[in-house]
Amino acid sequence: MTLSVNDVKQIAELAYIKVSEDEAKATLVQLSDIFNLIETMQTVDTSQIEPMSHAQDVVQRLREDVVTESDQRELFQSVAPQIEEGLYLVPKVIE
Amino acid sequence: MFNDSLKQLSKRLADREISSVELTTEFLKRIKQLNPQYNAFITVDDEKALAQARIADQKIATDKAIPLTGIPVAQKDIFCAKGWLTTCGSKMLSNFVSPYDACVIERFNQAGAVNIGKTNMDEFAMGSSNETSFYGPVRNPWDVAAVPGGSSGGSACAVAARMAPVATGTDTGGSIRQPAALCGISGIKPTYGTVSRYGMIAFASSLDQGGPMAKSAEDLALMLNVMTGFDARDSTSLQRETEDYMRNLEKPLSGLRIGLPKEYFAEGMSSDVEKAVEQALGEYRKLGAETLEVSLANSSLSIPVYYVLAPAEASSNLSRFDGVRYGHRAKAYENLGDMYRKSRAEGFGAEVKRRILIGTYVLSHGYYDAYYIKAQKLRRLIAEDFKRAFTHCDVIMGPTAPTVAFDIGEKSSDPIQMYLSDIYTSGASLAGLPGMSIPIGFGEKNRPVGLHIVGNYFAEARMLNVAHQYQLVTDWHQQAPDL
Amino acid sequence: MQWEIVIGLEVHTQLSTQSKIFSGASIAYGAMPNTQACAVDLALPGVLPVLNRGAVEHAIKLGLAVGAKINSPSIFARKNYFYPDLPKGYQISQYELPIVEGGNICIQVGETEKYIRLTRAHLEEDAGKSLHEDFHGMSGIDLNRAGTPLLEIVSEPDMRSSAEAVAYAKTLHALVRWIGICDGNMQEGSFRCDANVSVRPRGVEKFGTRCEIKNLNSFRFLEKAIDFEVDRQIDILEDGGTIRQETRLYDANKDETRTMRSKEDANDYRYFPDPDLLPVEISPAWIDQLKSVLPELPQARRARYISEYDLSAYDASVLTSSREIADYFEAVAKQLPAQAKLCANWIMGEISARLNKEDMDITACPVPPEKLAALLARIHDGTVSGKAAKTVFECMWSGELDQDVDAIIETKGLKQISDNSAIEKLVDEVLAANEQQVADYRNGKEKAFNALVGQVMKATKGQANPTQVNAILKKKLS
Repeated sequence: MTLSVNDVKQIAELAYIKVSEDEAKATLVQLSDIFNLIETMQTVDTSQIEPMSHAQDVVQRLREDVVTESDQRELFQSVAPQIEEGLYLVPKVIE
Repeated sequence: MFNDSLKQLSKRLADREISSVELTTEFLKRIKQLNPQYNAFITVDDEKALAQARIADQKIATDKAIPLTGIPVAQKDIFCAKGWLTTCGSKMLSNFVSPYDACVIERFNQAGAVNIGKTNMDEFAMGSSNETSFYGPVRNPWDVAAVPGGSSGGSACAVAARMAPVATGTDTGGSIRQPAALCGISGIKPTYGTVSRYGMIAFASSLDQGGPMAKSAEDLALMLNVMTGFDARDSTSLQRETEDYMRNLEKPLSGLRIGLPKEYFAEGMSSDVEKAVEQALGEYRKLGAETLEVSLANSSLSIPVYYVLAPAEASSNLSRFDGVRYGHRAKAYENLGDMYRKSRAEGFGAEVKRRILIGTYVLSHGYYDAYYIKAQKLRRLIAEDFKRAFTHCDVIMGPTAPTVAFDIGEKSSDPIQMYLSDIYTSGASLAGLPGMSIPIGFGEKNRPVGLHIVGNYFAEARMLNVAHQYQLVTDWHQQAPDL
Repeated sequence: MQWEIVIGLEVHTQLSTQSKIFSGASIAYGAMPNTQACAVDLALPGVLPVLNRGAVEHAIKLGLAVGAKINSPSIFARKNYFYPDLPKGYQISQYELPIVEGGNICIQVGETEKYIRLTRAHLEEDAGKSLHEDFHGMSGIDLNRAGTPLLEIVSEPDMRSSAEAVAYAKTLHALVRWIGICDGNMQEGSFRCDANVSVRPRGVEKFGTRCEIKNLNSFRFLEKAIDFEVDRQIDILEDGGTIRQETRLYDANKDETRTMRSKEDANDYRYFPDPDLLPVEISPAWIDQLKSVLPELPQARRARYISEYDLSAYDASVLTSSREIADYFEAVAKQLPAQAKLCANWIMGEISARLNKEDMDITACPVPPEKLAALLARIHDGTVSGKAAKTVFECMWSGELDQDVDAIIETKGLKQISDNSAIEKLVDEVLAANEQQVADYRNGKEKAFNALVGQVMKATKGQANPTQVNAILKKKLS
């Protein structure tokens, strides 16, 4: 598999990370090496194997439907970059 | 006193030989003295630590002390601690004062332990050398030119340099065990699901597991008694009976079957590491253990599999860092999208960005089956290898890392070489098995070597027994760098 | 060319739980911004989701009500995209193995019944809200809604007109309220529709390119948006153009749909199983337990009303349009099983009209079912005439005399005269006083009979039983 600088930029766009042309080029070299390493996975036939998502074969525990949380807005917003009237402010959302 | 075990420190406290405030003050002094050079701590807060020490002293005075009451514990900066700057080694969280406590922090608070400071780490736990930290590299106490390992490098350094009696770490592919090995201390990553992940900033959710780092197996056992246990806030936390990890320490090792994966001893291990491992195995045979060859046929795939699954989960876990509700927000931006992209570009370091990109790619349309699903299938094969091996043996042993600590800067420009540091540890992570590292001597440049012990699911007490018995007849774990 | 319209609906129903789907924060509507957004909802570093049993139970109930398969295990997946109202940068949703798969819903358009198949229904969390009032050129984010449990119910493209789509949406709306899993409040966004619309030449099997219309928060908008979109697509195709697959937004003010994003701009959501959540296992015992608490479903009830109460399909359908109406009817009809038609007529007529006039729900109806039944019993036994009963009903509505039917009839003097001898006496008097009309009748003028009835009624101030008056008059004149 070969990646292009354009691929790197597209992935960065999906990941919402701004990359310059130079960064994309440098990243391409490293990613290509890493993907070569990853490609070694393809040497093993896994057609009969079930994917393993979790380390333990257990099922989801369920929480009872009760309200346990109270208002902590002031505390939580003490670390917010920008707030007003209890709202988190962001550059204008255009729909 | 700095070399004391937890038992010894607890006894001093119980005997009123020293107060927790005095003990805490001594360690804070040592941190002040050594940290400028070693950079093991990101945040030290004398006032907060001493306040906790005072509370501990009251408990001791009223005979309400339990193990660890009044003991200073260094906390990896991945654990959210209320009122503490919690950075995860990242610029992204360089202004994040956590509004809540992680489960692990709560447990130490309940035990009456003293948070002596937040330790340095690879950014978002991504790294094996502590060089990816926004707060600069940590130095290895045995040799300032060497890395301490990572990602829990700050914790490993703090314990090795005796800046803290014990510390916490987290391990996703080897982040407790590899730095423990490189710094000549003991560390254990318990079975996945044993220590709550609530409040532990996520790297790769299906692999992340907290655990203790200490000078000895006995100290690790005491730490695990505090750290483990069911937590309803973590869906992957396992509901099990409380166990006392001290219970098996004194059992003799006769009849212990030690599996040696032939794949580990085939190639890649440096000769100094191999020599130390052989010597340690010799010691175990003397203790009555037998060694036998086992096979982990797919072990060579654990690094590729790990570097698909961990980045995939990380790419999604790190999406919440967007500069909207907390964390770094770019100063200048043109619009909403630009604010996101710049905040993330500025807030994350190179390695974190690299892994986000890998993860984003392997999950993206058209590649999901070839990479992500494929890796999950191989993960099962790797886990089954271990399962099979454990029908023949009680524990699996080998080196923790292929080499002793490498020099700072030596591998930082070559991600692949860096990734291979976890070649022996990532398998147990993928399988969710407990793994630990104990010091077994010194290799090249007089840098420490660690022995990797992997046990079956929930075999921590047995592994600690295996390590403790070795530490009763050797003194590698008591050796400290001359600082 | 004859065009066939193809519509599939995706409906987001907000589940009426107490707490959020993955946290213990309240989902109550209308709280101050961000006061119901807890650490988990805000996606603080290190927090983790734990699934709400209530949300799962609501989903299972829907599955049972539509005859679907309940998947066990069912898996939660992350849908990754960035938006300020999505704190984690991913939405926890379901992709493979949704909790509900298949099933169908029977709709009625006019006199015809049609089954609409469901593809699936999956659990997911709602996002927060972006407020666009101007904060110095910035937007405000309120995350109270983030994490509210949603059940997204996806239909097959089985609908062939906007009327069918509306009928489906209404039936589904009634159903989710009926089984108590959603309050159905469309103004508050508890029931939101997206419509997938395409057209194809009649007789052609292959589907046309579809457009998804978002933001349809009323049945009227749903209908209008589909009608507009169908016309738009047909116009393009008849002009020789092609339809672009895209997401469109319905603008109610302009009554039009417009492009929101094209397929090319569509996000690559990178779905993968959420490693923070384990497979959900739903045991047969759990399903059985929920089955046992599920109320009798509208369709079953409709069928029963037809067979048990001998109602028409139309009446049964109206009376089962909501569980509250159906329960009201049943409470009345239980007292007068033989007069179910009378009960139905009153509920669909007098009660419904009165409720409409006051803009009230049947649950707020001031006349309780047992009081209405008492009144209807008095109509049936001839104590009051239908006309007088309406007067009694008005008194009951306004709460007069403790809604005691007999007391009202007595006090207001509304009792019907049913005493044969008394009526006979009256008839004799009327006949004696109206010789001309008696003669006219005997000469074949049928109309004269009605005039005589009128005279008798007038003499009794309308209180004589008209059936008896008729019979007695007939006898005397024969």
